[in-house]
Amino acid sequence: MLEALSVPAVILLIGAGLIAATGGLLRQLVVLLAPLLTLLAATQVPDGVTLTAPFLDYTVEVLEGSPVRRLFAAVFALMAFTGGLFALNQARGYELAAAYAYAAGAIGVCFAGDLITLFLYWELMALFSTVVVWCGGTPGAKAAGIRYAIMHLLGGVILKVGIEGVTIHTGSNDIVPLVVGNFDTWMILTGILLNAAAPPVSAWLADAYPQSSATGTVFLSAFTTKTAVLALWLLFPGEAVLIGVGLYMIIYGIVYALLENDARRILAYSIVNQVGFMVCAIGIGTELALNGAAAHAFAHILYKALLFMTAGVVLYRTGKSRCTELGGLFRTLPVTTACGIIGALAISGFPLTSGFVTKTMISQAAADSGLVWVYFTLAVASAGVFLHAGIKYPWFVFFQKDSGLRPREAPWNMMLAMLLLAGACIGLGVYPELLYRYLPFPVEYVPYKPGKVVYYLQLLLFSGLAFFVLLPLMRRTETITLDTDWLWRIGLTSLWSRSRSLLRGPATALATGYSVVVLTVRRRLEWLFLAKRADGTVTGEGMLARSWAIGTTALCIVILLVAYVVTYFL
Amino acid sequence: MSGIGPDNPQRLHWLVRPHTIRRLWWGGAAVLVVTLLLQALAPYKGVLAMEGWPAFAAVFGFAACVVLVLAAKVLGEILKRPEDYFGGDRDDA
Repeated sequence: MLEALSVPAVILLIGAGLIAATGGLLRQLVVLLAPLLTLLAATQVPDGVTLTAPFLDYTVEVLEGSPVRRLFAAVFALMAFTGGLFALNQARGYELAAAYAYAAGAIGVCFAGDLITLFLYWELMALFSTVVVWCGGTPGAKAAGIRYAIMHLLGGVILKVGIEGVTIHTGSNDIVPLVVGNFDTWMILTGILLNAAAPPVSAWLADAYPQSSATGTVFLSAFTTKTAVLALWLLFPGEAVLIGVGLYMIIYGIVYALLENDARRILAYSIVNQVGFMVCAIGIGTELALNGAAAHAFAHILYKALLFMTAGVVLYRTGKSRCTELGGLFRTLPVTTACGIIGALAISGFPLTSGFVTKTMISQAAADSGLVWVYFTLAVASAGVFLHAGIKYPWFVFFQKDSGLRPREAPWNMMLAMLLLAGACIGLGVYPELLYRYLPFPVEYVPYKPGKVVYYLQLLLFSGLAFFVLLPLMRRTETITLDTDWLWRIGLTSLWSRSRSLLRGPATALATGYSVVVLTVRRRLEWLFLAKRADGTVTGEGMLARSWAIGTTALCIVILLVAYVVTYFL
Repeated sequence: MSGIGPDNPQRLHWLVRPHTIRRLWWGGAAVLVVTLLLQALAPYKGVLAMEGWPAFAAVFGFAACVVLVLAAKVLGEILKRPEDYFGGDRDDA
């Protein structure tokens, strides 16, 4: 029992329970303390399996430590803390409780030593993240939450089928690198990629996340996709198919973000884009690439949360998130604007920000592996990220035209959370050793070489020039962009109604035929047992219901006996 | 009468006054030129030799953005729909 209290996920789950059960100052205390205690416990988890428990006929490994597991758990706990601080006075108790239970699921996945434990925490995440989506509190949030839940429960089923298969066919459910080659491993990979918002189902992310509340989206941006990245890191390092999947996600995220009008949906698409970098790095699979994937996940969680916080402040203060309705907010939201710019520079991988020291690590890994086309696609993507998230987001939200909106600056707790994350984005960029020392493999990579810095400055700044030159082509329109979710939101419904109308003819014929048969049989039975008039009134007994003379009965019996004997001898 | 009209530059936030914007354009252009010149002092050894060409990254970045924006524009013509396309269940739609 006491051992369970050392499990980081359990600590945060208890915190979530206390948040739901308490109120006022006590709740605020739990909101701030629970993630810090979780962080402390996460950093103390030693390497290897340290806690097992019986579950059905299995012994599950509840707690297994390794550097990469501790790194992800630490950033999840940090994220829960800053997210909790951001939402401290604004979110409702049940939203915070759900968000913390969701974070506990993510941290549970980090330390899961076997596939069964991983699956249980995976489903915990699916459950409570759906609640966080619903906390948007609008009909749109309710509908998006249902679609989100269906997608993730489907992903869970696919993952479970794979886990069952691997457990039965190999006799082990340990989390070890797998080779994709049979049905079981493909199912596990598919189930994980679904959570990573990989194609062809990337649409769930931009559909659901922006529907949550101003505070809920901050939590959603951090956990689901990054636990999927960790699961890929642990189970499929070096799996070549991930390179293609990752590159597709990178370009998809840029193009859809360029077309989007809603600020929070722009940021949602850029999650897919950034996770693409990590998936691609895991596919490359060298030590530098895997370090890059882990480091980029760490940095990304912080700057993406920062960006969603700035968008959250704008939504909280103005009730708006469409670029067409925003603009000129820098006048009254100077701190939020500055934090938005820092987050935007970090996501773009600008020198002296966290994104630079992690993203260039992945590019270097591609170059070192001789993957020239991957290297150049990543360079295109770096330019594209600066275009859609680095400039487009802050420009349309905080600058461009004067929307006339003059909201008050963020409340103190929101501002403090943003400043903490902005400090982390710059701190990790200026002093990358802070992060490098916790990476799973020894780091020899040097991010700041003069030639490289000038190269990336040219790449990014001229991308910025391209943005302003091409601004007329990027006029905001009050539209959405169709995605593969059309297939299940429109296609399936349309197919259902079409197939109903197509089957209407045969179904009617079948029903008519059935009625005719029933009616005929009924008439025959009535003829045998009842005597009826033409108007339907019963006048006597039918042929088989009447009393017959004994001689006639004996004759019938003789005929039946003869028939039986003849049949027997034949 | 100047000094009290709503279009008076003095009433605008300093960041959006015309002369500030002019200075920002000139400052931005100067920064771009400096990054090009710095390449002479800090050459880059990339994967391919052409990455060391003068202004390679600048041209590559600019061209990549042009291609991405045009590709998005074409795709947008095909895929963009009104916000209430899915029945208007977006809370802010």
